[in-house]
This record gives sequence, structure tokens and C-alpha cells, in this order.
Amino acid sequence: MPLSNDWRPSATLEVLKLRARMLERIRAFFSQRAVLEVETPILSSAANTDPALASFSTRYTGPLFPRGLTFYCHTSPEFPMKRLLAAGSGSIYQICKVFRDGESGRLHNPEFTLLEWYRVDFDHLQLMDEAVALVTEILAGHRTLAPPEKLTYREAFERHCGIDPHTADNQTLAGAISRHAIQIDLDIQHENPDVLRDLLLTHVVEAQLGRGRVTVLYDYPASQAALARVRPGNPPVAERFELYLDGVELANGFHELSDVEEQLRRFEHDQARRKALGLPEVPADARLLSALRAGLPACAGVALGLDRLAMLAAGVKSLREVIAFPADFA
Amino acid sequence: MANYSTNDFKAGLKVMIDGSPGAVVENECVKPGKGQAFNRVKIRNLKTGRIIERTFKSGDTLEAADVVDVEMQFLYNDGEFFHFMNPVSYEQFGADKTAVGDTAKWLKEQDVCIITLWNGVPLSVDPPHTVQLKIVETDPGLKGDTSGGGGKPATLETGAVVRVPLFIQNGETIKVNTRTGEYISRA
Repeated sequence: MPLSNDWRPSATLEVLKLRARMLERIRAFFSQRAVLEVETPILSSAANTDPALASFSTRYTGPLFPRGLTFYCHTSPEFPMKRLLAAGSGSIYQICKVFRDGESGRLHNPEFTLLEWYRVDFDHLQLMDEAVALVTEILAGHRTLAPPEKLTYREAFERHCGIDPHTADNQTLAGAISRHAIQIDLDIQHENPDVLRDLLLTHVVEAQLGRGRVTVLYDYPASQAALARVRPGNPPVAERFELYLDGVELANGFHELSDVEEQLRRFEHDQARRKALGLPEVPADARLLSALRAGLPACAGVALGLDRLAMLAAGVKSLREVIAFPADFA
Repeated sequence: MANYSTNDFKAGLKVMIDGSPGAVVENECVKPGKGQAFNRVKIRNLKTGRIIERTFKSGDTLEAADVVDVEMQFLYNDGEFFHFMNPVSYEQFGADKTAVGDTAKWLKEQDVCIITLWNGVPLSVDPPHTVQLKIVETDPGLKGDTSGGGGKPATLETGAVVRVPLFIQNGETIKVNTRTGEYISRA
């Protein structure tokens, strides 16, 4: 086998020590709040149906499944953590590696470290505050942040794009896209409006978020609810939030959907979208549905990317500088 | 030609963009945690040299551009075309003034250049990094000045004008860096 020079880590030892201290501080944070640390499987016979996420899969053959069974690497530990909540665990957190096929770049690596936690009896507004408190505590000593900014999805778009994202039709969204000199070939008439909103969010709005302070974006369009509750109103909004710092998306949280019928509809909707987009159909998590049927306590949950947080704490520009061995030489 | 998807886009890849051949300069993945992934791509238009910024939905494709770089020897300029020869195949190509552009002022017969061919037609010409050219006109220098400070303009046999040290004389051959247009040394 030829000798190569690419065995060395791409992160400095100093940054790796920063990561270790970060994990200690996170565990202390949750210990003080009596949130229980848990572990759930990485491999699951069910996958995430979200069309925006692609799962890795592998195969197990042996006792239990002598003819073999396909297992999917989790894209997030959310489903089994909800099964624990339904079983009466109380508030829980987990630090684990998660896996997403097709994602690599300055802010992406196909495997990355996620901190996910659930707070029983919290809504998304309460959990937003706790998430900001955690980020502020982890970054203490690395950088000083101004008090956090909270913007609804609508306020952020009105302020930075000059449109109401809930009422704007495709023509209005397309107008904002061309006003901001974004060059892209799209069939505006037939495009999913959420694709146009995502385009404006990533190309225009995000750069304005989290400048010297954490920005919390919350109350998303109902069509982007993912696993969040939708609050009826005009327009109805998804009780979902995201944290940003330096324009980087750090965390995504929900006031968790607990209605089993609605969860089933969302799985079916995901599968239909997958089919329309030519994506592989994947098995939905029937055990999550059973747990919801048994009863999920009212709770809010959030997932925070620890590699990105380490990147911001270290003051570096790419995940390569905080991950010892990124995918290109793992 | 084949098609390339956004996953293939990396610096140097040759693609067709707006009907012109281009080279990918940079490709950044932009993906919200829950939502559509995009690629923000910078592409250099190989005809104009201008950088185009374009966004694609991840997975979108562009047609490959039949663009190759070939080392060729400069033969002569007939006033309309600059003629080059592939020293391996002896095949000859005529490059028009648009393709040659500013490179014309460095082209000396026999020198080896990089010719970028698009569909077999010269698209651009890169001169050698350094060329040796004779001075055809410069003011007489001051005797004894060897410092090289200050300098004076000198016209070279190809028509290029470069600043040379005062001690350099008419008729001398000098080395020039074609990237910066600066004098390096006597040849």
C-alpha cells in the first residue's frame, strides 16, 4: 500500500481541545437543569421521510434477520427520542453522530455531531430562550455577544427582502429574487413556493442574521412545519425556530407535533413529494406513530450542530478546521 | 457532449453556460437544514474572461464544453490569423485576433504557447510564462548605471513595451515575465 501524507488531522490540537471542553460544558449545562443524557440507535429499520434529507443505508445479516435487513443511519435521533418521551423519560438530551448523504462543503460533512434535546412542558418560545442560553454559555470566553434578536420568519423577510413570505405568490417571490440579482433558471409558474422562499432565505436573508448576536428565526410557514405543531391563524404558522450566528444556521427546533393522525398525513405527504421528485421511497417509522398514539407529553425539541458551534467558537471559516478527519480523508 | 451535475462542479471543469464555454471557478453548497439545497457557482466565461455567478438547484446539470488546452508552436501571423502548429500531430490552427487578444504582443515565432480549443477552434492563447525578446528601441542609457532603479521604456521586437533598467541597450535580448509584463534579466 502506498504511503500518503493525508493521515494528519485537518483540525489543530487546540481546536480538538476546545471541542472536548465544549462537550464538558454542555453536559454540565444539562446536569444543572436535571435533563437526562440518553443514547438511541444509529441504525434503524425506518428512515427519515423528509425529501430534503437523504439517508445512508447498510445491511445486517445474522441472528434476528438471517435473510438480512436494510438498516438506515439516522439523520437525527428525533424518532427514538420521542419514543423515550412517550415512555415517560421526562426531559432528555443526546450528543451523537448523525449521517446525511449528499452533503459536503464548507458548512457540511456527511457525518456530523448533533446535540438534540427535548424539554417536557416547554413550547418553542421557551426552548428558544434555553437554546440561546446554551450557545451563549458555550461561546463565553471565545466571543462576546450582544443580546439576542428574535424575528419571526415574516419579519425577517419583510426587513431584508421587502416581501411578506406568507402571502407572496410565485410572481412576487420571483420579483424579489431578481431584485436581489440572484441568477437561476426556474420554472417560476410551476415551482414549489418553498423552493423560492428557501432561495431568498439562503441567498439574501441569512447573511443578515446573527451579526454579533444570536438571531432566532421563528414561526415558519405552515408548509415548512416538518415535525412542528401548526398554530391556527391567518396565516397559520409552524411553531418552529432556528438559531443563527454569523449567518450560519446553528439549530432547528419545534414545538413538537404530538397528533398521530397529523404525523401520519405528514409522512404520506413526504412520500408523495419523494415520488414526485424521483427520490427513493423509504420506510416511515411505524413505531414513532405507535408512540404518538400512546401519548407524547407536550414538549419542545431542538437539534444543534456542534461542529458549527465549535467552528464559531474557534473563529474559523469551515468545518474542516474543527473536524479531525473530514469525509475526503476519513 | 455529456452533462455534468452540480456534484461534478469543481474548479476547472469546462461547461456550457449561456451558449458560451466556461470554466468552473468555485462551487459552494448552500442547504437549509430542512429545505431545498442549492449550489452557488462562479463560472468564468472563456470567451470574455468575465466571471458569472449562477445558482442551481442541487442535482441540476450543465452540458459539458468540448474545451481542451494544447501546447502548440507559434508559426507566423498573416495579418488576419495567428498560425500555430501542434508539434505532435503537425496539425495547424489559425487563431483570430479575438482569440489571441493581448497575448499578440508576446508572440515570437517558434515559441510554445497553450492554445485553448473549443470544438477544435482556438478560443484563447496563453503565452509562455517567460519570453526572450530583442529590444528594437530604447533611449541610450547612462554609462555606469547598474542599479536598475528608475528604468526607461523599451520597445521589443514583437511590439510590446516594457520598463527596463537604464543600463540595457538597443539590440540586447531580455527575459520578460508575460504575466506581469515586467523585465526579469538579460537573456
